Amino acid sequence: MVELLRAKGLYCERDERVLFDHFDFTVNCGEILHVKGPNGSGKTTLLRRLVGLSWIVEGDLTWHSSLSETGAKLDGHGFWYLAHRPAVTLQQTPLENLAFAIGLHNQKLPEEALWQALEIVGLRGYEDVPAGSLSAGQQRRVSLARLYVAIPNINLWILDEPFTALDVNAVDQLEQRIEAFAEAGGTMIMTSHHGLTHTAVRELHIGASL
Amino acid sequence: MMVALTQMMKRELTLANRRRADLANPLFFFLIVVALFPIGVTPDLAKLSQMAPGVLWVAALLASLLSLDLLFRHDYEDGSLEQMLLSTVPPQLLVLCKIMSHWLVTGLPLTLLSPLLSVMLALPAGSVPLLMLTLALGTLTLSLLGSVGAALTVGLRKGGLLLTILIMPMFVPVIIFGTSAIQSFNNDMPWIAQLAMLGAFTAGSCVFSPWLAVAALNITVGD
Repeated sequence: MVELLRAKGLYCERDERVLFDHFDFTVNCGEILHVKGPNGSGKTTLLRRLVGLSWIVEGDLTWHSSLSETGAKLDGHGFWYLAHRPAVTLQQTPLENLAFAIGLHNQKLPEEALWQALEIVGLRGYEDVPAGSLSAGQQRRVSLARLYVAIPNINLWILDEPFTALDVNAVDQLEQRIEAFAEAGGTMIMTSHHGLTHTAVRELHIGASL
Repeated sequence: MMVALTQMMKRELTLANRRRADLANPLFFFLIVVALFPIGVTPDLAKLSQMAPGVLWVAALLASLLSLDLLFRHDYEDGSLEQMLLSTVPPQLLVLCKIMSHWLVTGLPLTLLSPLLSVMLALPAGSVPLLMLTLALGTLTLSLLGSVGAALTVGLRKGGLLLTILIMPMFVPVIIFGTSAIQSFNNDMPWIAQLAMLGAFTAGSCVFSPWLAVAALNITVGD
């Protein structure tokens, strides 16, 4: 099994509290890693360190060469990162938001592909409505729509609380999408308080031992 | 690479169009300051035409500064900024796109409005093209240098004042060369040197600002 990420000796301190220390884990290709822990245990901080946005967490990360040229920091083209802030611009329509998210990966897809992705997440009929007038759950769906667009090279998803604000059906749908992605060989690292039922999920607990 | 950059430019300009109120603000500020000057100081045309270059420059820069605080703020708040920093294309180029579109929607309109206002201050008609040229370069330099300050203060809730304090010292040489070029022109003295210095500032900040702004954004976002 190919090892995608090896994290060694991670250490995080916030506001003079040690969140985790000597924290090691590995992620293999095709695996779903579910990071669990109570509120404030540093889950989001950890994910931000993984994508290379934050350097509060100290320690070494070694990425597989397919994802990173240098090994230490992820290259931009190989992953989706769905952050705590959903990156949905309220003055733009769902269609524009999706096109821009894909544009940042330097890809341009035919408009039908985008319409289709929006239809899957249940935003049919809302494509041209400014995202600001959508509900919180619908805004979440706008940012989730990118996971339903086929872009080659993307083999890693890093999702921070993807189930927030979603209704029961949308949660089911997203779970199915995650399973399909993992079965196709994709790797996923996510935080959530919602338990995944899939068998291949590996759980990683942080903050539990403190 | 081009796909991402055209997308970025398109997005910035559509957003600017949808946030029109933000854009009108600097223009009205410019208009009002320049219109109040003759009323408040002196209606004497000879005196006004002496002050005209300085007044137009200062008013245009302060107006442009008004909108600088918003350069990254919306993107920071909704999380788009993080995605830009993680993009496939170098974030420096994306930031440069943002700066250019900021100039297109603030600096350029201010420049285009300036001939009209120069009449109010009795600026000699012959120096209007030079005024426009220097203002175009000056506002562009402000957008470029200002992006570094905006990037540093975007994480603060009330960053506007700090931004002004950070940017102003860097901007003193630009304003000196800009206004002195027009004044020399009006007094039939050589003015090319000042214009060249101004151009050099613009070129230099064009090269360095995007890098500094991205470094600053990494600090702010990484906190």
